[in-house]
Amino acid sequence: MGSDATAPVTVESINPKVLKCEYAVRGEIVTHAQRLQQQLQTNPGSLPFDEIIYCNIGNPQSLGQQPITFFREVLALSDHPALLEKPETSILFSSDSIARAQQILSSIPGKATGAYSHSQGIKGLRDAIAEGIAARDGFPANADDIFLTDGASPGVHNMMQLLLRSESDGILCPIPQYPLYSASIALHGGTLVPYYLDEATGWGLEISELKKQLEDARSKGITVRALVVINPGNPTGQVLAEENQKQIVEFCKNEGLVLLADEVYQENIYVDDKKFNSFKKIARSMGYGEEDLPLVSYQSISKGYYGECGKRGGYMEVTGFSSSVREQIYKVASVNLCSNISGQILASLVMNPPKLGDASYESYVAERDGILKSLARRAKALEDALNNLEGVTCNKAEGAMYLFPQVRLPEKAIEAAKEAKKAPDAFYALSLLESTGVVVVPGSGFGQVPGTYHFRCTILPQEDKIPAIISRLTAFHESFLNKYRD
Amino acid sequence: MAKALDYESLNENVKKTAYAVRGELYLRASELQKEGKKIIFTNVGNPHALGQKPLTFPRQVVALCQAPFLLDDPNVGLLFPADAIARAKHYLQLTSGGLGAYSDSRGIPGVRKEVAEFIERRDGYPTDPELIFLTDGASKGVMQMLNAIIRNENDGILVPVPQYPLYSAAITLYGGSLVPYYLEEEANWSLDFNNIRQSIASARSKGITVRAMVIINPGNPTGQCLSEANIRELLRFCFLENLVLLADEVYQQNIYQDERPFISARKILFDMGPPLNKEVQLVSFHTVSKGYWGECGQRGGYFEMTNLSPKTVDEIYKVASISLSPNVPGQIFMGLMVNPPKPGDISYFKFEQESKAIMESLRKRAHIMTDGFNSCRNVVCNFTEGAMYSFPQIRLPARAIEAAKSAGKAPDVLYCLKLLEATGISTVPGSGFGQKEGVFHLRTTILPAEEDMPAIMESFKKFNDAFMEEYEDYRGYSRM
Repeated sequence: MGSDATAPVTVESINPKVLKCEYAVRGEIVTHAQRLQQQLQTNPGSLPFDEIIYCNIGNPQSLGQQPITFFREVLALSDHPALLEKPETSILFSSDSIARAQQILSSIPGKATGAYSHSQGIKGLRDAIAEGIAARDGFPANADDIFLTDGASPGVHNMMQLLLRSESDGILCPIPQYPLYSASIALHGGTLVPYYLDEATGWGLEISELKKQLEDARSKGITVRALVVINPGNPTGQVLAEENQKQIVEFCKNEGLVLLADEVYQENIYVDDKKFNSFKKIARSMGYGEEDLPLVSYQSISKGYYGECGKRGGYMEVTGFSSSVREQIYKVASVNLCSNISGQILASLVMNPPKLGDASYESYVAERDGILKSLARRAKALEDALNNLEGVTCNKAEGAMYLFPQVRLPEKAIEAAKEAKKAPDAFYALSLLESTGVVVVPGSGFGQVPGTYHFRCTILPQEDKIPAIISRLTAFHESFLNKYRD
Repeated sequence: MAKALDYESLNENVKKTAYAVRGELYLRASELQKEGKKIIFTNVGNPHALGQKPLTFPRQVVALCQAPFLLDDPNVGLLFPADAIARAKHYLQLTSGGLGAYSDSRGIPGVRKEVAEFIERRDGYPTDPELIFLTDGASKGVMQMLNAIIRNENDGILVPVPQYPLYSAAITLYGGSLVPYYLEEEANWSLDFNNIRQSIASARSKGITVRAMVIINPGNPTGQCLSEANIRELLRFCFLENLVLLADEVYQQNIYQDERPFISARKILFDMGPPLNKEVQLVSFHTVSKGYWGECGQRGGYFEMTNLSPKTVDEIYKVASISLSPNVPGQIFMGLMVNPPKPGDISYFKFEQESKAIMESLRKRAHIMTDGFNSCRNVVCNFTEGAMYSFPQIRLPARAIEAAKSAGKAPDVLYCLKLLEATGISTVPGSGFGQKEGVFHLRTTILPAEEDMPAIMESFKKFNDAFMEEYEDYRGYSRM
């Protein structure tokens, strides 16, 4: 390696914002887990468990969830349109997937799925998405407001880049939050203004807390530019009540904030008494239109019941911005030319799935409901198990894909963590990994009230693995507490 | 209360950023297309949009990966050849749960291994898959690297002029300084090291720390292929001036002459031996969007790091992990590109046929276009040795330049707009790529179908010669 002191690119001379940002979901604990996984391969039986179970990341298909057949049929036909000319294709593919692929291909100039598309995404697909949004909300949506992106994350980065001029610009973010937000704000040189969700009231979002944090930031000379709301919440899983959402809309409107609505878990709702309402729907139902509220709504193909993380598909719906601002959003999107076509197609399928009467409708519904019901059962089973552990309380996962239990760690454990130079919850998570092979993310990666400790665990391992995970977790926790009992 | 987000309160760097490839000309062309005018889009290297067909084998493999249930169907052999089926199974096994799962943030290890093997075959030197990161298109990789390098406006990046404006856009977005070095048009767009040394000295005298040098080989928009001697001199220069070399090699498959085949910067670096081979920092970029593959829409690319310290690589990995992973289908396209069908494979013959046909046609079109431009009044065009573009110089008469000034447009923008409105040919003005003061160009691609080329060149000639006729000052108009 070049003498690092003098080489042009070294850790000392790279962009300090890169050094500053962090992303715990794929951080230290995951690297350690990968090492242990290698050890299991080269030296089976050397550890107290025989497989690593990755519960650190919302990656359903890596843990055995199956993709929706209809979606994959359409994608295969779109990727290899020559199939549509072969008679054998109708034996292997459903008739409506063939029809849908043909429809999609005819909306692509030259049927060329290998060409760069319009930088906002293929028009015909955006039309389908706009229709889907309108059907969901009961309020119209415009294809020109939609920007298809490689997952929802690039859209978040785009807005942060636009909004943050310097460290004096702040973004209100929930604590706990999905650390894309903290990382993106750091990367773009802004300031994260935290607002705390209330664990005691099911991770409630209080407007008084928003106001307090906003005023506090302003008194320190920070211009707060936007409010991030994640609904359903990640890692916290709460689904906002309509009243709450109305208050949030009013708050943003009155304080001149852009509302960044991360709604990627909109199809993951596990309770009957709560429903997903998009912020756009809420704003429009309050009578607020384009003139009243700048709003960016994010959706992704990675979550829901489709779980197509690896395809990198999603969109942001941008409303309430002047045309000169929209031109800038377009311009930045155009530098990367366009998002991947496969992901664009999937986004249009997710927002416009098979309907009653379609040939694939019944099997589609069976697959969808099977996955969602199973997710609800797993959420409940894990939540109950965690609540049964001594010193652990876990709020219900009303939605999303995670549980975020609070663990009351004994003093001795906290001291041991300090000695090991680790955050107490990281110490706990590491011990958990080494005893059970289960990978979770320490709460410090998401933010938490100081002095409290959590970890985030997904609800995604297949149902038949859940009992074993629960019993191992229970055994580990007992022994951990016994080891560090005061 | 001021609006929450208005133009005035946007990040200045965003406002300053320009990307002409999808800028004014393209937007105007799209408008005209909506009004019903036939437009020939030659503004971007987008082969499939102009009729080039995808290669069959990769599409078969990826279709099978999309719908793995096909693999279990007894009838699958009616639709797919056995080697495509085998390859699909191979890639599915390399993933962590099929195409729908996030992969390793650097890309699927097995695919990175295939890329490493490709690089070793190509260059004769081994490389480490851990230093190869797959990305959603090469552009994302370029942006990640520039974002890592640029700390503030005192950090300068040496960029060729003319350049592909991703570089200028990214440098502006990240708040750095573009330090231009001019390619010599009269000498076939070659490097002029005196000019480069002057540029770097000038930048340093202004307090700029020049951190990196971009080289695009084969060139975009200029199409020149660098000689081995050129690249050696470049590497020596980077060594002496302490610069990281960013080698954009995305057009390495697109070579239309035999004198200067493609040689990677990495190969030459290792040929040069110590101390350079251990000291010079190099990042090399490649893509599935160009070559004879042209799979732009898949967004598949990679960058390979040489002589960057493990700590630096870790930081770059960290940033990659925030975006979780590059898209998996694009990664599989990359695997297929670096590991195509071999002689003896069932699909080999067809694959070879398809690839050869595309390459031969591109070579022909490079000639048709260069010759066509050179036959036009006041137009001079270097031969497209590589890449996908033609970058003719348009010698605009003084009156045309004045007319542009009155219209508030750059002279080449005005020319290109008029060309668009007269012929439907949508190009990108040279000002979008950078050019010497007072010298004008436009960039077009060599991608329109071969059978359409003669008509397109004729249409251009007709417009150009009439334009020159109109604006040249020969007939009786006296300024005395």
